[in-house]
Amino acid sequence: MKKILVVCGNGLGTSLMMEMAVKDVVKKMALDAEVDHEDLSSATGSQADIWVAAADVATQLQEMGKENIISLINIFDKASIEEQLNTILKG
Amino acid sequence: MSLFDLIGHDGIVITNEENLSVDATLELTCSALVASGKVEESYVDAIKATHKKIGPYYVLAPKIAMPHARPEDGVNETALQLTVFKKGVDLGSADNGDVFFSITLAAIDSDGHVLTIMALSELFQNDDDIETIINAENKTDIINILKKY
Repeated sequence: MKKILVVCGNGLGTSLMMEMAVKDVVKKMALDAEVDHEDLSSATGSQADIWVAAADVATQLQEMGKENIISLINIFDKASIEEQLNTILKG
Repeated sequence: MSLFDLIGHDGIVITNEENLSVDATLELTCSALVASGKVEESYVDAIKATHKKIGPYYVLAPKIAMPHARPEDGVNETALQLTVFKKGVDLGSADNGDVFFSITLAAIDSDGHVLTIMALSELFQNDDDIETIINAENKTDIINILKKY
């Protein structure tokens, strides 16, 4: 089971919207994965197999040394989530 | 219960202003909420401060913004404000461009607004409804859409 963690600036609203979009994609792809969300400050100490965030937050996750980051310009773009998930899973 | 119940007639703001600064834009996206006492001025300050720290975190998709801060930043009552920028505003999102449609989210706690977030998420993904709202000549057209969510 993969752990996917959705991260936003303050953990209120945006990450929940992204979590819903990611869950839809996970379901569609029939992946064995759990999806959760938290804010950027808690993400420092968290572990996950795959990270999902809006582009600006994704940059900060990268600076923290996180790997396998899905970066979204449009947080509702499920096609982009699926494409980036596929790239990570193949790697 | 629909999104309209959380916005109300007075919670819809349509502006033709151009070249608004980021701070002026954020003030406008909270103007009705502040006027009705649903949020304190400190809520607007918190959104401005977060923008200064991490950039336009509330620009979610092309044309769409959802300014929000935390419940403890000065929310008195769970509510939304809808703001249409007819001419668009540049909030510094290089990737998503100018914002034309904004819904300010003010939640009294971080758990009770899940249904609202789900409804907003659906609305934000309906390009036709977003375009109708942006091009609406009056509040009635906007209200009819909000009642669907």
